[in-house]
Amino acid sequence: MRPFKYSNASGPAAAIKAVTANPTARYLGGGTNLVDLMKEDVMRPSELIEVTRLKFSAIEKKANGLSIGGTATNAVTANHGLVRENYPLLSMAILAGASAQIRNMATNAGNLNQRTRCTYFYDVNMPCNKREPGTGCGALHGINKNHAILGWSEKCVATYPSDMAVALAALNAVVHVEGANGAKRSIPFAEFHRLPGNHPEIDNNLKHGEFITSIELPPNHLADKSYYLKIRERSSYAFALVSVAAALEINGNKIKDVRIALGGVAHKPWRATIAEQLLMGKEATEANFKAAALAELKNAKPLGQNKYKVGLAAKAIVRALEGAMQGGTYGAMEAGSTTTNQN
Amino acid sequence: MEERSTFPDLSEAERKALEELMPDEMGEIISSGIKRRHFLKLFAVTGTSLLAANLLGIEQLMARSVPIEEQPPVLIENGINVSFQVNGSTQKLTVDSRMTLLDTLRERLGLTGSKKGCDHGQCGACTVIVDDKRVLSCLTLAATCEDKKVTTIEGLAIGNELHPMQASFIKHDGFQCGYCTPGQICSAVALMGEAKNGDASYVTANVRKKEKSVKLSNEEIRERMSGNICRCGAYPNIVNAIREVHGDQAVAQVWQFADGTI
Repeated sequence: MRPFKYSNASGPAAAIKAVTANPTARYLGGGTNLVDLMKEDVMRPSELIEVTRLKFSAIEKKANGLSIGGTATNAVTANHGLVRENYPLLSMAILAGASAQIRNMATNAGNLNQRTRCTYFYDVNMPCNKREPGTGCGALHGINKNHAILGWSEKCVATYPSDMAVALAALNAVVHVEGANGAKRSIPFAEFHRLPGNHPEIDNNLKHGEFITSIELPPNHLADKSYYLKIRERSSYAFALVSVAAALEINGNKIKDVRIALGGVAHKPWRATIAEQLLMGKEATEANFKAAALAELKNAKPLGQNKYKVGLAAKAIVRALEGAMQGGTYGAMEAGSTTTNQN
Repeated sequence: MEERSTFPDLSEAERKALEELMPDEMGEIISSGIKRRHFLKLFAVTGTSLLAANLLGIEQLMARSVPIEEQPPVLIENGINVSFQVNGSTQKLTVDSRMTLLDTLRERLGLTGSKKGCDHGQCGACTVIVDDKRVLSCLTLAATCEDKKVTTIEGLAIGNELHPMQASFIKHDGFQCGYCTPGQICSAVALMGEAKNGDASYVTANVRKKEKSVKLSNEEIRERMSGNICRCGAYPNIVNAIREVHGDQAVAQVWQFADGTI
């Protein structure tokens, strides 16, 4: 690891000022991704400002919904009573990610700032436009079975790794940030992460030095019918091949509100707006779910090794919606579930 | 008497036991402390049944923190003064900002129980408990530990009395090579607290139903322990070991010595 200066932030203003002043300084939260990337020499900050002791860890009801602190850990967030009761989709998504140890360390702000796990990004001997703009994309014609099928560009086919962010996309979360001199702004979740376009080196629309103080979850009527489905190569502690955050509100027998977001398929959490629009006002039937899923995936452009993801994502959308309709309880929709194996 | 002071922790009984087992090595053990290769030699000279009788006492001896000789002061680039508790005792150190908690425990404090498996947060062998939460010491910078309380595998037993989770891992043969075991046990100890707290997991049937404490099924234990990889595949026995401590009821031991004793 390269040498770096380290300090504990004495307060939010001082921390933001310090990072803003140094273009190669970074905030350090749980470090679960950043410290690893520094060991791999992928990220080379000259200075780290530790922020987990700043007072941004509250999870509390506010006028416009539930506010989740940027420095609250993933574990605390997933298990908070208000989150579990009102936004079970978020709890399920967080708990689907990483391991108990990592969730105990990782902060919510850090989760949104984590980098792709594309192996070309991680290997400093490989070309990667995200790590070193202009060097090319090794994955485009390389080993790309885990890569994007939607929204990618010739410059980058990486996927965004977070589960939490997929739920936040479906929940229409708002990211509250603070920059130098107390400048605050709010970023709707759909505008937080970016598609790669010509600048895959930029993951999201935060400006350098801007600090995520909280994430706001607007009220909804989706808690009764929410489900996070994650499909991966082993049953736990692996990144998603495809994941789906699904939530519904039913009025009579018609869909009043529906949210579908996909993980593992694009450079950002992919909100399935085409499928959502098709389902609004319709009955919640398998046939309608299927038609909507296929319509969404019609625009998919698979790479050499990931054609499987197109069919998988379509089926996953249907299963996740059905899981949500069944009350979002684990087990109902899990293939190979062993819930009866109590010995 | 003078040479004994270099390893003052050795009790008369331990000294006598070691002298009987490895007379040739005693001079070195007394002058520089017991080392891993002495432990390995014990395996060779004793055979498993004799070793089993001595095992717990010897393990206690091995688990002691032998103070690593302080090097003459050198200039540490980006040195950070940090003070934190490890297994109940306060440690004040100056560390390079790059130093992980794992390396600090192993290289500066001589606590080699926590293991460096992958060093990238993928295996769980380095799991320790910081302020009652299980975390990965390989991804924790030591500089971030100011005022925190760290518990490692060496801090779980009270004197000669093993922590119930340690005893259960031995009873259920929850390991083969043992490399992942300190991390598995620390992780399992913290898991007991999470279950008592009613925390949910990905396989919890209904996350909206918040219970005071959670009764863990085998599937729940497997999901919640998925951050600890065991290359030997001792998972069924690890689950049994945890289930016994969690359930507070006996689970049948699956192994015995060749002479039929357990």
